[in-house]
Amino acid sequence: MYVWKFDVVWQYWDLFMWGLGLTVLYTIGSIVFGVFIGLITCAARLSSWKIFNYAARFYQEIFRCTPLLVQLLWFYYAFPLLVGIDIDNRVAAMLTLSLYVGAFYAEIFRGGILSIDKGQREAAAAIGMSPWQASTRIIMPQAFKRMLPSFINQSVIQFKNTSLISVISVADLAYMAAVVNGQTYRPLESYTVMALLYIVVLFPLTQAADWLERRLRVSD
Amino acid sequence: MSEAMTNNDAIIEASGLRKSYGALEVLKGIDLNLKRGEVVALIGPSGSGKSTLIRCLNMMEQPSGGTIRFRGREIGRKFRDTGDKIGIGTLRRNVGMVFQHFNLFPHKTVLENVTEGPIVVCKTPKEQAEAEARELLAQVGLQDKHAAYPNHLSGGQKQRVAIARALAMKPDVLLLDEVTSALDPELVGEVLTVIRRLADEGMTMAIVTHEMAFAADVSDRVLFLDRGAIAAEGSANEIIRNPSNERLAAFVSRFNH
Repeated sequence: MYVWKFDVVWQYWDLFMWGLGLTVLYTIGSIVFGVFIGLITCAARLSSWKIFNYAARFYQEIFRCTPLLVQLLWFYYAFPLLVGIDIDNRVAAMLTLSLYVGAFYAEIFRGGILSIDKGQREAAAAIGMSPWQASTRIIMPQAFKRMLPSFINQSVIQFKNTSLISVISVADLAYMAAVVNGQTYRPLESYTVMALLYIVVLFPLTQAADWLERRLRVSD
Repeated sequence: MSEAMTNNDAIIEASGLRKSYGALEVLKGIDLNLKRGEVVALIGPSGSGKSTLIRCLNMMEQPSGGTIRFRGREIGRKFRDTGDKIGIGTLRRNVGMVFQHFNLFPHKTVLENVTEGPIVVCKTPKEQAEAEARELLAQVGLQDKHAAYPNHLSGGQKQRVAIARALAMKPDVLLLDEVTSALDPELVGEVLTVIRRLADEGMTMAIVTHEMAFAADVSDRVLFLDRGAIAAEGSANEIIRNPSNERLAAFVSRFNH
């Protein structure tokens, strides 16, 4: 019968906290950059300029059709050889995570905007609104509401995906759990604490997301 | 030029209006002028181009050829006024449109739907816009629905809100594009009542409709469109009650039973 000894592992709670902090940091950072990249990509996809359209699609398909782990390895180990400069592993991690999630966000934004009936834009135009006013006051608020569940879902996945950056030695939560395991030889406790910490952060977030989604539905 | 001068009370004047979608020619050179206080009904079979025509009048569709004048000034292709041409934005501020499928803003309350145009486009102060909107909602019989969201209204109520939204811009002309076609039969009457009162009050209107009796009753002039051209034009008596043209007679008789 296995005797759980969390106290041994918990001596290293500062490592866990440090790792969790980095995980949160990389998640938030890549979400912020990803939204930015996603908006630009979405605009390019909706643009009538074919060249923007193709470029955006090319980027999206590259990042949607390769595993994130492969992207991380490529950006950290292969890309520096290609351009002849060293890339810091933290830079490679943030860059890859942002580009990865941006490709998915762009698709979520695009789907949300395209799902709004064209009669909405016409009705806005018919009362004299400029295309910009119609977009910001009529289309975007509705599209935002419709894309929110997918956006949150993708962001939750992103939080979990950051665990992959441990393979290029960024000291996130998953990396720290491995470190603690190395110190204590207590894999069960080390990795259970890690899993619980992911749950502790994400469970309230998914609950809050559900609540927010219900609240936004008042006008339906 | 002399003809334009004789029509100086025309609010909207379309001449030689053409519209094609690729090889498909939907409007084949239409001349139409709408005088102040006049109610013109556009009737015709499906695909005759009547909706396209009315949608060209506020540039919801870009005409492929011909010109449209608003109060004597040609309408350009830009949103803003340019040189001697007036912009599409200016045109639409003065020409209201009501759609078949209402197109109310679902994320805004009834009151916000009505005040949106005045506040955002005309920069009317909020209190004034709301007071005027409440008055308009009372006129269409929906004063108690101001806080409701559109999805909680019946089709007839939605369409009356849409009419109030268009009226809130104090338009010179109202374009009604099959406004009762998406309604359950028992809800048509409440919308037609509102439109009839607008006609009585002297609102200038172009109405695309399949309600022949209503068209005959409310309009000063009826245009029968067929295959992208005006096939007959005249008073309601001439066009709907005593049609002379054979195709027209066949079309109108389908609605009399």
